[in-house]
Amino acid sequence: MATSAKDLPFKQETYRNDFTFKNSPETVLRAPFPFDKDSYMYAVNMELHRDGRPGTAFEAPIDVDEHYVAEMQDRALVLDEDPLRYQSLPHMSLAGWDTLELLMTCKAETYPQWFSLTRNGDNWHWINRPMGIDQHFVFGDESTLPYGPLEYITRQAQGDFCVLDERDDNLWMDAGMITTQADWSLDFDIGMNFFEWHAPVPLAHEKGIFIRALKYLRTIQQGNPARRLNWTMTVNPRLDTSPENFHIWGPENTHITPENVADKLYLRIELQSFWRLPRSNALLFPIRCYFLSMRDLSTVPKWATRMHRVLQTLPPEIASYKGLDNYRQIAIDWLAQHDDGSPTTEGPFPD
Amino acid sequence: MSQPDDSAILSRPRYGKLSPVEANFHVFVADDSGGNSILSLAQSVPKDFFNDAEIIYINTKPVDNKATLEGLEALGCPRLYTGPTIKAALPRINASLERMRMGTQVYLAGSESLLGLATMIAMQVGLDHQALQTEHQGSLARRVQCVHCKGITDNVTTQPANCDHCGLLLLVRDHYSRRVAAFQGVNINAEDPSDIPVKEEMFS
Ligand code: HEM
Repeated sequence: MATSAKDLPFKQETYRNDFTFKNSPETVLRAPFPFDKDSYMYAVNMELHRDGRPGTAFEAPIDVDEHYVAEMQDRALVLDEDPLRYQSLPHMSLAGWDTLELLMTCKAETYPQWFSLTRNGDNWHWINRPMGIDQHFVFGDESTLPYGPLEYITRQAQGDFCVLDERDDNLWMDAGMITTQADWSLDFDIGMNFFEWHAPVPLAHEKGIFIRALKYLRTIQQGNPARRLNWTMTVNPRLDTSPENFHIWGPENTHITPENVADKLYLRIELQSFWRLPRSNALLFPIRCYFLSMRDLSTVPKWATRMHRVLQTLPPEIASYKGLDNYRQIAIDWLAQHDDGSPTTEGPFPD
Repeated sequence: MSQPDDSAILSRPRYGKLSPVEANFHVFVADDSGGNSILSLAQSVPKDFFNDAEIIYINTKPVDNKATLEGLEALGCPRLYTGPTIKAALPRINASLERMRMGTQVYLAGSESLLGLATMIAMQVGLDHQALQTEHQGSLARRVQCVHCKGITDNVTTQPANCDHCGLLLLVRDHYSRRVAAFQGVNINAEDPSDIPVKEEMFS
């Protein structure tokens, strides 16, 4: 049973308009900081997702933290505005039930104080206390839930979810719930294969990264999930940085100044995990987003130092692709006060 | 979200050259200079090949295409349709592909818009991709889907280009969806709307 997040109350906060989102000091410390050294380059940075280190976001297989309820409220707002953020091609229904089962069982096992699942044959009873949900339904019968199984459970799970069908030696993005994305569109990418949806990424194709990554993914077995970390930066703690709304949030990229950078600019970390699903043989790909403001980072000296060095040496193609050009230098200048030039210790964790 | 201009477009389909295959029936869909691809295939097939065929030809420039059209007429294909624009021809393309029998081969030749749209229809009616050949001829103009309003703008030749529907100035990304049969367009000056980059002819 995970303990670190268990006793945290869920916050009332927003990821838009007045942006009242704020990390508690404990939540900063448990963030999955993405840099294990002082520089960054694309790599096949994958490892098994297990042996959760206590006090980190890796402790539970599916992490729930103090932002859970607020994040689910933000998702509901996005879906009201634009229902196309959730899509599932007709052949993905079974994978939807697989996903529902995986998320419900994981959550009920890790956080029994918040979630419970009782199964009697196909008659299931699900309780989600933080969200005030008490649902009896028949597993496999869509008419007994208010939404399809994938939409139902991902409205109750932090992070985005892609569900990949595996056929013709490739993975196909045939379903997803995508409302906390770093600037990519499910509506455009749905139905594409692994190489097609990665087409816009610079440098990585040439390095053969996607060929090796796909090979690895195809070997993932049920019960042995894997994970990797990805990152970008976001102005304001805005979960929904969609290309659909880029014309609305894009102007904020020019709003960073030396005076506001500490609290307005965020490192946006994605904890991505990969799960083989039992009935459909599909692959579930949760992408969980963690925000750390520059000021949050500075509470962990090693992280601020490292962020400073990574930003200084980041290849320009990657910086542009991630959209950092407007504020990268301002962030470097602010972080400089936390970098005295001495070496950092190995690995990503705080000293 | 920008990328180097010279990156290969990995999500874009690769086009080949039409070549005749054994089939019970052959359906050709071409626009403008794509008609010439049918004519060059015709040189390597038996005389009666086009008895079991249908040709859908979209002739947007009747003056330029005069010789091509005459060549197509001379093939003796019992079903030769000509239409003035891709849009006008869509119902016909749809009807022909929908009613296709097993063992039919489909040949597409012409502009990227035509190839994309006809491929999309073929996918929707469940055609096996092995039963489909494509050859690119003529215009490189792109069909672009605005990621903001989802409207499609046809015949985009400039970078950037305005969305026909919402008017935003779009960067045409090298990212292509076969399902939508279009490239992705993203507002190019969202960060600073007062910065209005000059349009350059890029895809003609
Ligand atoms: C099967 C699960 C995966 C899905 C659904 C997925 C999806 C995506 C998407 C949608 C993008 C954004 C592309 C755009 O600009 O439009 C992206 C970026 C990227 N992906 Fe994946 N991906 C997956 C697995 C992987 C794996 C295993 C790797 C391993 C190396 C990887 C490496 C990358 C990299 C390096 C980027 C660029 C990220 C950045 O710089 O911010 N992906 N991915």
